[in-house]
Amino acid sequence: MAAALEADGLGKQYGRKWALADCTLTVPAGRVTGLVGPNGAGKTTLLNLATGMLAPTTGSIRVLGGVPGSGPAQLRKVGFVAQDTPTYAALSIADHLHFGAAANPGWDAGIASARIRALRLDPAQKAAKLSGGQRAQLALTMAIAKQPELLILDEPVASLDPLARREFLQALAETVAEQELSVVLSSHLVADIERVCDYLIVLVASRVRIAGEVTELLASHHLLTGPRSEEDSLPGDWEIIQASHVGRQTSLLVRAAGPVKKPGWAVDKVSLEDLVLGYMSQAAGGTTAGLLTGAAR
Amino acid sequence: MIWLTWRQFRAQAITAAAALAVLAIVLLVTGIGLAHAYNDAGLPGCHGGGCAGAASLFIDEAKANIYHLVFYAGVFLVYAAPALIGVFWGAPLITREIEAGTFRLAWNQSVTRRRWLAVKLGLIGLAAIATSGLLSLMVGWWSSPIYAAAQQAAGSNSLSISRLDPPMFGAQGIVPMGYAAFAFALGVTLGALIRRTVPAMAATLAVFAGVQLAWADVIRQHLIAPVRSLTPLNVSAINELSITSNQTMTVVAAAKVKSTAWVLSNQTLTSAGKPFTGPPTNACISGTTQQCNAWLASKHLQQLVSYQPASRFWEFQWYETAIFLAVGLALAALCSWLIRSKRIA
Repeated sequence: MAAALEADGLGKQYGRKWALADCTLTVPAGRVTGLVGPNGAGKTTLLNLATGMLAPTTGSIRVLGGVPGSGPAQLRKVGFVAQDTPTYAALSIADHLHFGAAANPGWDAGIASARIRALRLDPAQKAAKLSGGQRAQLALTMAIAKQPELLILDEPVASLDPLARREFLQALAETVAEQELSVVLSSHLVADIERVCDYLIVLVASRVRIAGEVTELLASHHLLTGPRSEEDSLPGDWEIIQASHVGRQTSLLVRAAGPVKKPGWAVDKVSLEDLVLGYMSQAAGGTTAGLLTGAAR
Repeated sequence: MIWLTWRQFRAQAITAAAALAVLAIVLLVTGIGLAHAYNDAGLPGCHGGGCAGAASLFIDEAKANIYHLVFYAGVFLVYAAPALIGVFWGAPLITREIEAGTFRLAWNQSVTRRRWLAVKLGLIGLAAIATSGLLSLMVGWWSSPIYAAAQQAAGSNSLSISRLDPPMFGAQGIVPMGYAAFAFALGVTLGALIRRTVPAMAATLAVFAGVQLAWADVIRQHLIAPVRSLTPLNVSAINELSITSNQTMTVVAAAKVKSTAWVLSNQTLTSAGKPFTGPPTNACISGTTQQCNAWLASKHLQQLVSYQPASRFWEFQWYETAIFLAVGLALAALCSWLIRSKRIA
């Protein structure tokens, strides 16, 4: 099975600035992949390259084995919910669905109208009059009813309030459960990713910091707290992702294949958020105190 | 794509149709009156010198009436329509999608952006051509008695409305359709390049107006080689004579061509074929007109008139329409390349 997305040495330059540089990553098919990273990591650029909205400056990218945006067949396979979920303000919901039906051979009108009904939206309503959450739902409906093999979502919930955010992600999760669909979802918030994703990629400054199944990542990472003086005597097969110090105490984010045990040290399960933050701050080059304080929660 | 194009264009199409309908009513009401006046003057089917007086009278009456205003309003509208089409239909076509981000929605359906553009350019381009063509047809019908009378009054030099003259030519026949196609494609292309609606609109208006002016003033006359007529200068027809302090003298006589012709240049040459520049004699500096004319007659001067005869009207119309349509198509191709090469995202 071809990977959902494969980038090799991918780069995109705007003027003299690189929005994405030398990015090599693989997104597996059949997964719901979360792409997290700080603002400016290149997430949006990567996804725009994946849909063919942009052409790479260097390197190559293949989506479902094909060149993004290369023709109707490729376009048909990929659904895209762009950042800020654009819709036509002057067009009604029914107009959007009509457009989707006219422009997509694989369009499933049943799915589309069922979703609109379930959302209790009035098909005659103009998109301009919809709330941000409803607009995002409309954009998602269009992408789903197209029946793509891969659904790409670029920060779809970034501008939504918490309730709309949850409803959107729930709708996405339901769709994934019903249809065989690969999904790539970008976000700078881990909580969003955690709700729907089973595969995680942390992207910082165009580089993949870590990629893997969420459950595996959680099982292999641990949070340790112990005396600062013993920091140097840790087993060699532990990879310290992040260390932070408060007084004489040290908190460590450790990656280890086997079970983690050390006398005098407290071992805690790591949350996905701490894990992601750990890798992000590692990339930033600091052992920032305070980032791990979230672990105390 | 056809459906979306129509859905997005619907409001503009209705506006244009309503404007055309209102104009049609105004033109019909006043045009019937004008046609009656033309009939009442006994001008239909009238040929020869006898009609010149009646035709002059008819035109003078039309000038004193509301018809004068309607005539120039019609000319203005036929010129304005392609500009408005370029600015309001062409320029926002792509910029509007960019500004609202909706190109990301439109270009991620199962339709390539090249086809998206082709459908839009094709359908709205045809609407642009039809709108301008219809407008030209209506205004042309309305003005036909005036142009016909001008033709019939050709003998009397007091009037000259040449259908070929730059301000009138572009407001008649089929050229407005060429202008509309060009203006629309220009607007879309500048939109694709500039990517912001208002600057693209301004640029479209500026470039289109510039092209129109340059075309009418400089380029059109070269489409077909003008007729050059070299005749002995008739000194009694001289209507311009000037002598400067540095002893150069210029003389211009009325051109001996039909008043419906488009005169490009009218020069007085020496018997040797050089432009006549004097020097003047005392007969012309301090003498009477007769003395000066007698001296000029003795110089055997010649008159060179370069002009386009009115009979070439349709030839010019076809050439010019074809050229503007071709440039419009070239711009459409450029546009297709611009959005296909992914410069927009």
